[in-house]
Amino acid sequence: MTSLTVIFTGLLYVATIILIAGIAYRVYEYSRTPAPLVIPTTPAPTTNSGVVMRMAREVFLFESLFKSNKWIWLFGWLFHIGLALVLLRHIRYFQEPVWFWVEFLQPYGKYASFMMLVGLAGLWARRFLVDRVRYISTPSDHLMLALLIAIGMSGAMMTFVSHTDIVALKAFALGLVVFDLQPVPEDPLLLIHLGLVALLMIIFPVSKLLHAPGIFFSPTRNQKDDPRATRHIAPWATALERDKA
Amino acid sequence: MAVAEFEIPTLTEYTVVPKINPGAMTKVKSFIAPQGPQEYLGYPWELGPDWKERAIDKMGDLLGKYRSLRVFMDACVHCGACTDKCHYFLGTADPNNMPVARQDLMRKVYRRYFTLPGKIVPWLVGAEDLTEDTLNEWYTYYHQCSECRRCSVYCPYGIDTAEVTMAGREILNHIGMGQKYSNEILVKVQKIGNNLGLPGPALEDTLLGLEEDIEADTGVAVKMPLDVEGAEIMLVTPSADFFSEPHVESLIGYAKVFHAAGVSWTLSSKASEAGNFGLFNGNYETMQKVAMRIRDAALELGCKRIIVGECGHAWRVAYSFWNTLTGIGYGGNDPFSKKLQDQLDHRYPQPMHICEYTWDLIQNDVLKFDKSLNDDRVITFHDSCNVARGSRMGTEPGGQFTIPRNIIKAVANNFQDMPAETIGEGTFCCGGGGGLLTDDLIEVRVKGALPRMNAYNSVVQGNQVNFLALICAICKAQFTKVFPYYGFDRGQVGGVHQLVSTAIKLD
Repeated sequence: MTSLTVIFTGLLYVATIILIAGIAYRVYEYSRTPAPLVIPTTPAPTTNSGVVMRMAREVFLFESLFKSNKWIWLFGWLFHIGLALVLLRHIRYFQEPVWFWVEFLQPYGKYASFMMLVGLAGLWARRFLVDRVRYISTPSDHLMLALLIAIGMSGAMMTFVSHTDIVALKAFALGLVVFDLQPVPEDPLLLIHLGLVALLMIIFPVSKLLHAPGIFFSPTRNQKDDPRATRHIAPWATALERDKA
Repeated sequence: MAVAEFEIPTLTEYTVVPKINPGAMTKVKSFIAPQGPQEYLGYPWELGPDWKERAIDKMGDLLGKYRSLRVFMDACVHCGACTDKCHYFLGTADPNNMPVARQDLMRKVYRRYFTLPGKIVPWLVGAEDLTEDTLNEWYTYYHQCSECRRCSVYCPYGIDTAEVTMAGREILNHIGMGQKYSNEILVKVQKIGNNLGLPGPALEDTLLGLEEDIEADTGVAVKMPLDVEGAEIMLVTPSADFFSEPHVESLIGYAKVFHAAGVSWTLSSKASEAGNFGLFNGNYETMQKVAMRIRDAALELGCKRIIVGECGHAWRVAYSFWNTLTGIGYGGNDPFSKKLQDQLDHRYPQPMHICEYTWDLIQNDVLKFDKSLNDDRVITFHDSCNVARGSRMGTEPGGQFTIPRNIIKAVANNFQDMPAETIGEGTFCCGGGGGLLTDDLIEVRVKGALPRMNAYNSVVQGNQVNFLALICAICKAQFTKVFPYYGFDRGQVGGVHQLVSTAIKLD
């Protein structure tokens, strides 16, 4: 067991724990914080199924962003769909045998890395070219894009340019899943890729990447429009009422 | 042309997104509330030595009470989708009037004191200490937001800057930096019963005078009852309807509609104000206290139905919050809610908007009109922000857009909508909402009205429009004030029920 394997195994385990525990904690925090008033952005659905549809359109199609700005929508959607396909493709490294639909996605997932990179490049270009977006961009906004692009580039390089030892990589990944440590392949490109992914997982729960769980808790999108028919009241507000009675 | 100490924007064919001009509106600042109103509302009136701790504590308190604020502080990715959506940015070019930048004024403090990266690497994530400079920025730019929610329509996560502005003002109030205009109004409405501070006898006198005017005008004895116990309907309307032009024309319209329908109705001197500036300050308890007057009046008068007059933010509070705050509505199974629910007529939604009421009567052929009496008008309709994006009318989503237009088309022959992207859910605020309807913010108001003025101008030029129909007291007052700055006649501003009043046949 090389020290490199120990370092990367440890890093990936720690990153996974931080990612899962961190997001779980945020979700717990968001869900436990009351929404005392009915504030959906109207026109809003009046039924639960309507709210599910609205949320689905936001999550899969970026409906509000489409209304807002076609360029941001295009680049943002390319990036996110590309990333989703790439992530689904990566499932193959963690299972044997591989599910048929993961097998099916393999060619799409490979080329989706280009969608992802084009989207990221477009979003980054806006941070320089549009004066309003330049004004609001912080160093972390730029670094986040740099990080994602570096992850995408290093991954795409291994797929299309300098193939890594995929058999050894799969043995390493499967070993992580069943806690049977296998040596990490000593390909610099792979090590960069894995290291940056671990970094992304670690900063996820303390960064703007929280928009991913956050959208599901956004009261302007997840509430239904029925305040005349249903009395909506938060626990802390009920207490105020009792004091007054 | 009115005299102004600032440059009035020029009208263009459509609203152009300006290049940012940092600091353009830094100097425009609303008057700070003095001791009187601050004390009455339970706030300090100057920064104490511990203002910083109290501000951070209050922020933590709000983060724990409002999921909106909690999620909105984390979720923004600085994508820029909202940057060209605020009418105050479009009119002033000050980048702090971009919704994301307005939020970031608070977010940078949130990050510094409530997040791990902000505590260890503040420079990386745009986190900053809370200083007196920050407070001044908050005060300035949280009073250049009308809480109209246009940005929330376009944000991919539904981030509503209004929620952030409200939280900002609440924190400022708690450390002694309240706004004079809004807080004085909150005192008047609680002490006297309405935002204008008109006592009961003055109100009674005015209503009698209006009854005489209507009878002289139409020959029909249309009544404006006040404090009548046992009346079926209690009408709650903004107090501007009693004394301001053109608001009073709509009040006359409501009275004629009730007369034609043959129902018993009444106004209430206790609930002589539909408006609720508690919304603008983001203080739940204040908003509740102000709203409770309506419940108390309804219980005292024993009315079966509660109808709300033409007022934008009042309708948002009534439609969306009254049930929560006061039990006016249905579905509560606690004694507090049931007490009122048992009294109300369950055949109707509670509360009901005057436009819903009038439109129902029109559909049932109860009202008759001579549409030709409005033929001198070519009418367009401005969707008020709080009605458009914070409430509904009727049974279907979007009824808040169709019902007022249907009424206009039923009482007048000439109607023309403004460009599609400036109405409906994307409607531009009048520029005077959210507690900004004060002369110390006239520059903000005039510049913020630019997108609406451009849209109005396009139908004035292209379709000979000469009447802007409204369903909001603030919109009416704001446009009456800013129309002359843009070269329009303030007589072109009026209410939907003013049009109803013109065309309705009485017997």
